[in-house]
Amino acid sequence: MKSFAYVKATNVEDAVRAITAEPGAKFLGGGTNLVDLMREGIERPDTVVDVTGLPLNTVEELPGGGLRIGALVRNSALAADRRVRTRYPMLSQALLSGASAQLRNMATVGGNLLQRTRCPYFYDGTSACNKREPGSGCDALDGFNRGGAILGVSDSCIATHPSDMCVALAALDAEVEVRGLDGTRRVPLADLHALPGDTPEIETTLAPGELITAVELPPAPVAANSRYRKVRDRASYAFALVSVAAALEVREGTVSQVRLALGGVAPKPWRAREAERILLNGPADEAAFRRAAEAELATATVRQGNAFKPGLAKATIVATLRELSRELSTEGAGR
Amino acid sequence: MTVTQSEAVEERATGTTKYVGQSVDRLDGPAKTTGKARFSAEFPYPGLTYAAVVHATISRGRITAIDTAEAKAVRGVVDVLTHENTPPMKPVPKGIPTSMNAVFSAMLSGTSVNYLATDEVHWNGQPVAVVVAETPETARYAASLVRLTYRELPATLDFAAEEPKAEPQKGGLMGGASTDKGDAPAALAAAAHSVDLAFSTPPHNHNALEPHATTAVWDGDRLTVHDSTQGISGLRKHLSQRFGLPEKRIRVLAQYVGGGFGGKGSFWAGTLLAVLAARATGRPVRLSLTREGVYHTVGGRTPSTQRVALGAGADGRLTALLHTSVSRLGQVGGMPENITGSSRHLYACDNIQLRQSVVRLDLLSNTFMRAPGESIGSFAMESAVDELACELGMDPIELRARNEPERDPVGGKQFSNRRLVEAYRVGAEMFGWRERDARPGAMRDGRWLVGMGVATAYHPQMLMPANATVRIDAAGKVVVQCGLHEIGVGAATAQAQIAADELGVPLGSVRVEHGDSDLPQAPFAGGSVQTASAAAAVVAACAKLKRTLLGLARRSAASPLRGRRLEELEVRDGGLYHGGRGQTYAEILAGAGRGHAEAVIKANMLGFVAKTVRDTRRYVKAASGAQFCEVRVDPDTFEVRVSRWLGVFDVGTVINTRTAESQLRGGIVMGIGMALSEQTLIDGRDGRIMNPSLSEYHVPVHADIPRIDLHCLNEPDPISPLGVVGVGEVSITGAAAAVANAVRHATGKRVVDLPITLDKLL
Repeated sequence: MKSFAYVKATNVEDAVRAITAEPGAKFLGGGTNLVDLMREGIERPDTVVDVTGLPLNTVEELPGGGLRIGALVRNSALAADRRVRTRYPMLSQALLSGASAQLRNMATVGGNLLQRTRCPYFYDGTSACNKREPGSGCDALDGFNRGGAILGVSDSCIATHPSDMCVALAALDAEVEVRGLDGTRRVPLADLHALPGDTPEIETTLAPGELITAVELPPAPVAANSRYRKVRDRASYAFALVSVAAALEVREGTVSQVRLALGGVAPKPWRAREAERILLNGPADEAAFRRAAEAELATATVRQGNAFKPGLAKATIVATLRELSRELSTEGAGR
Repeated sequence: MTVTQSEAVEERATGTTKYVGQSVDRLDGPAKTTGKARFSAEFPYPGLTYAAVVHATISRGRITAIDTAEAKAVRGVVDVLTHENTPPMKPVPKGIPTSMNAVFSAMLSGTSVNYLATDEVHWNGQPVAVVVAETPETARYAASLVRLTYRELPATLDFAAEEPKAEPQKGGLMGGASTDKGDAPAALAAAAHSVDLAFSTPPHNHNALEPHATTAVWDGDRLTVHDSTQGISGLRKHLSQRFGLPEKRIRVLAQYVGGGFGGKGSFWAGTLLAVLAARATGRPVRLSLTREGVYHTVGGRTPSTQRVALGAGADGRLTALLHTSVSRLGQVGGMPENITGSSRHLYACDNIQLRQSVVRLDLLSNTFMRAPGESIGSFAMESAVDELACELGMDPIELRARNEPERDPVGGKQFSNRRLVEAYRVGAEMFGWRERDARPGAMRDGRWLVGMGVATAYHPQMLMPANATVRIDAAGKVVVQCGLHEIGVGAATAQAQIAADELGVPLGSVRVEHGDSDLPQAPFAGGSVQTASAAAAVVAACAKLKRTLLGLARRSAASPLRGRRLEELEVRDGGLYHGGRGQTYAEILAGAGRGHAEAVIKANMLGFVAKTVRDTRRYVKAASGAQFCEVRVDPDTFEVRVSRWLGVFDVGTVINTRTAESQLRGGIVMGIGMALSEQTLIDGRDGRIMNPSLSEYHVPVHADIPRIDLHCLNEPDPISPLGVVGVGEVSITGAAAAVANAVRHATGKRVVDLPITLDKLL
């Protein structure tokens, strides 16, 4: 690991100033991704600005039943928050399906939003990777791409965004609060991450020096009946092959509200708007779930190693919606 | 007779045996749990430096330039060693060997490359430079600044592409490469029922918890090496040859090793480079490989392709058995695996054909990994037997019972011990096999598909010569000296139990010294040989010690043992007794005016070889067992989760039920990993390992492993020391097939390519 200067920020303004003054500086949260990348020589910051001392580690009520989550709230604390577990169970489940207990105890919400892909060619310094070294090519296209993306990809990059938490946040219409030198702005989570296009090295719409300070969840009663389903190669401590965050409300057999987002299939947390459009105001049955899933995956682009993903994604969407609709009818019968 | 272990313990507790067969806490437990146990990377030395390896990033070629200026300029760097500035080691011997040591040195050398003495690159990841620095962080950072320029040469890297060009494997140490009995192809063509399946298994890596580490210290022409090795005496021989130093000036220490699985059985670059760097810099050097460094410099398990074809009559009796394999070696070394080896011994059949072939690739040599050959060979064979059962509509246990041989199917030798049918019978009862509905997909648990599968486990037993010294002092304290390896299995505890029983002393008064090449030499911790081999020496040393003590007692006119022969005596309560009369060892020593007595056993090589040859001519000796697996399969996503496991094993006498079960359980866990998730990803374009980490190489995590029940038949093997048969490897054999067979039962799908990931079932 390259030597670096370490600065501990004591307030948000100082943190932003410190990082803006130093072009080779990086914010350090829990360090569960950044430190790894520094060890591998992929990130080589000259200065690390430790933001973990900033007062951004609480979960607060918003008017109307929403929540404001400080950027430094640890993943394990957020997953355990009673309000999150009852109002947004998919978010709690998504957090708990990620990484390991030790990592969740360290990882912050802000860091989770900005974690980088686990594509093996990104991690291996000798491989061609347009994300790590723009213009060098992409060894993943014809290499090991079992984990690779199938939606929103380009010829220059098929890396997936690895976060579970972000998939739930995408489904929940979360907004991200960002502080820069010019003040505070708000970015819808759906607009935070960039698709690769010809510039896969640009992963977010954040300006240099901007610090994520909070994530806000608007009220979403539909999310009380929600779940996060993660499909992976072992029972724990593995990234998603496919994941589904879904919330469903059914009135008299008709879908009255639906939220659907996918993980493991795209360079960003993937809100399945096409599937939602087809489901809304339609029947809540297996055939409709299947039609919606087919429509969402219609534009999937596969490579040899991930050709199974559209089928797996569709099966997982249908299974998750089926479970949610069954739970609703069981609850209804119980009333 | 079948006894459960708890019954066996009770039975033995009432006899003279007190510790063998019991569940005994491992003696190394407190040192490990309190952090007092020191591993190879934890020995401090004044002036200690730290080394980091620079790895090649091409598969084949020559280094044309190596620029170390930037690395050397980093503050704290002691030196950067390359082929341009390092006094070379002696090369690995090849051609006609001049001595037994040379044979041994070459055999256990991980590769034939003379590191830092050549500009040639033979695989992607080969060490090409070593940075020595005052801190490990400095060494690693400086290593990243060494710039290499290569002239690349074409490389052969893709196993799947090369596999059709495989050449027949020569017979070797691990057994014959081909077997013919009758006319198997003709019998297959004529068979009323047959299956003919092609299998593949991927490369695997050991992933011992402790990455390989070495601390090397030169003191003039004396060398001390702390190394995470499974073979201290072999390593001493190898270092003696490579550094031109008599063995007596070299001390290799490995008191504790954090797992090996075969990966620490040969001698790899990290160990040699630490010694070389210490010699070149004149400073003590510690070299701890990174996890990635282990993948790049320590070989793993070969990939394989296999064919198994079986022919049978309607009664299920086999008429044809064919098993062929292709495995991979490196251009610079590797061990041909005996993949079809256990297929010689499993089933009665008049027509058997076994063939093994190899390809050589420009990749790091393969090496032994837990049950080399049998672990992947049994996946193919036992999957095919299960498929034949499906084809015949016959229960797979019944099919195996109908084909159980009375004598070894190929050579006609006796089995020293064979209880497979019994293992299946006992296991079927314990596992509830009768409740299995044989129709695929017929069993459900809620939304999950449920499947049950079985497979046979089989691992041949070998013994190696061992030496031991046993000493007792005037206070009755016993020291067993034996150059054993404690790689996490409880090896020293087992020998302490044996010595305590042989001498009739409390376990607490026995100390075992191990892991030091200055001690009497013991075999390496591999091939499931260590416990039984060392037991032979420890038992002999204890017997000799008792004779010595009795001799001392008989010289004293007052001794109640006067005139007695050892055969008439009871050993108990720290002494020798006849009826109610006797003497403690302490009393004998005091009476003789001695501070201690000692017995030394040195293996008689000629006698050992003669007995081995005699036994091998008469008997086939092995550990065996029946694996029972139950899986749950998600009907939407086809995720497979193992939900229950039972292994019933015939491993002869069990010395320590706790540590033996721990080893058996560990092998099953590794087998589940092999079945469902483990795979080393080697990019066929450039030979690069793409998942060299515990994050991306998927060993099972706790959530993948259900409760594992074990049962040992616990009958002593008639021709092994104390009846012990090694437990280290047998339980990984058959495990992957048991999973595959359970998946076949749950889904109706036969997966022939490991690992069984969900995309192969969708």
